[in-house]
Amino acid sequence: MTVAEGVELVDLAAGGLRELNARLHAAAGEGGAPRAWRIVNPGGRHNVAVGLDAAVDVEVEGHVGYYCAGMNQRATVRVRGNAGVGVAENMMSGTVVVHGDASQSAGATARGGLLVVHGNASARCAISLKGADVVVRGSIGHMGAFMAQRGRLVVCGDAGDSLGDSLYEARVYVRGEVAGLGADCVEKELREEHLAELRALLLDAGIEGVDAAGFRRYGSARTLYSFKVDDAGSYA
Amino acid sequence: MCGIVGLYSKSPAVGEQLGAHLARMLVQMSGRGPDSAGVAIYRDPLPAGESKLSLHANGPVDWTAVEARLAAGLGVAAAEVLAERHARFTVSAEAEEAERWVERELPELHVMSAGRAIEIYKEALAPEAFAERFALDRLRGSHALGHTRMATESRVTTEGSHPFSTGLDLCLVHNGSLSNHNRLRRMLRREGISIRTENDSEVAAGYLTWRLREGASLEQALEGCLVDLDGFFTFAVGTADGFAVLRDPIACKPAVMAETDEWVAMASEYRALAVLPGAERARVWEPEPARVYSWGRGSHDAGDRESLSGCGAARPAEATPA
Repeated sequence: MTVAEGVELVDLAAGGLRELNARLHAAAGEGGAPRAWRIVNPGGRHNVAVGLDAAVDVEVEGHVGYYCAGMNQRATVRVRGNAGVGVAENMMSGTVVVHGDASQSAGATARGGLLVVHGNASARCAISLKGADVVVRGSIGHMGAFMAQRGRLVVCGDAGDSLGDSLYEARVYVRGEVAGLGADCVEKELREEHLAELRALLLDAGIEGVDAAGFRRYGSARTLYSFKVDDAGSYA
Repeated sequence: MCGIVGLYSKSPAVGEQLGAHLARMLVQMSGRGPDSAGVAIYRDPLPAGESKLSLHANGPVDWTAVEARLAAGLGVAAAEVLAERHARFTVSAEAEEAERWVERELPELHVMSAGRAIEIYKEALAPEAFAERFALDRLRGSHALGHTRMATESRVTTEGSHPFSTGLDLCLVHNGSLSNHNRLRRMLRREGISIRTENDSEVAAGYLTWRLREGASLEQALEGCLVDLDGFFTFAVGTADGFAVLRDPIACKPAVMAETDEWVAMASEYRALAVLPGAERARVWEPEPARVYSWGRGSHDAGDRESLSGCGAARPAEATPA
C-alpha cells in the first residue's frame, strides 16, 4: 500500500483504536505531530477518530461503527465507506464526510461544522441539531431534524415521515418527496436569500449538478414554542 | 441491547464453514449481549418421516436413558450429546408427533426445536464460551441465526435465552423490549399456545406460532407484529429455507444487512459482518422500518427465489459503499 509522504498510516486490523485516538488527541498540542492520517481496516469499530480537537486531516478506508468523529473540533474526517449510528454526533466545528451511507442519528446535536453524507442517511438524521450544517446527497429516513434548534439540513433526495417534528429555528431544505411533516413543521417560501444559502452549502459540500432552485424549504410554524393555557386540556 | 446475527449461505464454501462464521459473528456482538448466547442452525434436512429434536434438561439428566425411551417410543436414527444438559436426537417420526410425544412422555425435558432441518442450542454463557462449549466451528449448514442477550425483561436462564422456537423449523431472535407482553401472554395461553417463561421475546415467538397456526403466511404474521406488538424490536425469523427480518416502525434497534455472491447476512452492527469473507466488497444497507425482508429457496411463501424480497429499489441501489 502506498501512502503519500507525510501521511501517517494506521492499520486497525489488529486493534489499537484507543492508541490511535490518543495519538490523534495529542496531535493538537504537538507541533511535529502528523497533520494527515490514513486509517485502514476499521472493521466497523465504534468511536473511530472521536473527540479530535486539531486541524488534522483523517481519511478512513472502510466502514466504521458508532459515533465516528463524534464531538469533532477543527478536524476533517472522511469515511470511504458507511458510518454507523451517530456519525459526527455533537460536532463543534470542522468537516466530516461520509462517502457511503450513514445510519441513524447522523449529526445528532451537532453545534457547528459541516457533515456531508454522499449516500443515504437513515432515521433521525440531524436530530436536535444545534447549529451545524448537514448535507445529504441521497435520502433520509423518518424523523429527520426532530427538535432541531439551529443550523441547516439539506436533503437532495427524499425525506421519510415526520420531518422536522417539533422543530425550533433550524432550516430544512429537501429536493425530493417528503413522506410527511412532523408536528409544527411547515413548508415556507424559498426566497433569494435561501437560494444563496443553499448554493453555498452545496458548494461547501462538494455536491455538483444539483440545482438549488429544485428544493423546498421547511421550518417551524412556531406554535409549540411555549405552553399556552388554552392547550392545558391537550396534556391531560 | 442484545445482538442479532443471521447468515445465509449461497455457496458450498460458506456452508462448510457456517458454524465458524457464525461463531465469529456472535463474538463480535459480545458487548451487546454478554448474559447468554444461542444459535439456530439449519442443516442436513431429513426426509419425510424423520425429524430432529433439540432437547434441554433443567437438571441432571441421563441421556442414555432418554435415548432408550425415545427409541422405544419413536425410533432413534441418531443421537448426539452436545453439552451436559443439551442433546440432539434424530427420530423416526414427523416433527409434530415427536414433539408432542416428548412433551407427554418426557415432561422433564424441554423441546428447544423440532423440525427436519433446525437445531437450536442456547445457554447462559458469554458468546465466546458458548461457541467453544458447543463447538460451533465444526457445524456445517445452509443458514443460521444467532443471538447474544443482555437481559432486561426476565431472568438469565437457558430457557430465557434466544432463539425461541415458533413452530416446526421456525425460530425467532429479538433485539428490543415489548411493553404489552403480559396481556399478550394471557391471550396466547387462552389460545392454547405454550409459553414457558416470563420473557417478552418468547411472547413474540408465541404470537408468530399462533398467527401461523391460524393460517397466516410468515409475511402476514410478521406484518401482524407491527399492529399487535407494542414496543421495540428488530426480529430475525429462521425458516426451513431462509430467514426474514423485521424492524418496528420507530426502529430504535439497529440492523444492517449485507450481500455478496457467496452469502447474505444481517446483524445488529456492521462489525459482526466485517468478519465474513469478502465483507469489504459486500453490498451493505440498513433495512427500512416496518418492512419485511426475507430470503428463501422455496417452500413457504418465499416463492422460488434465492434472493432478497421486500427490498425497495432506490435505496439499496444507492447504498453501495464507496
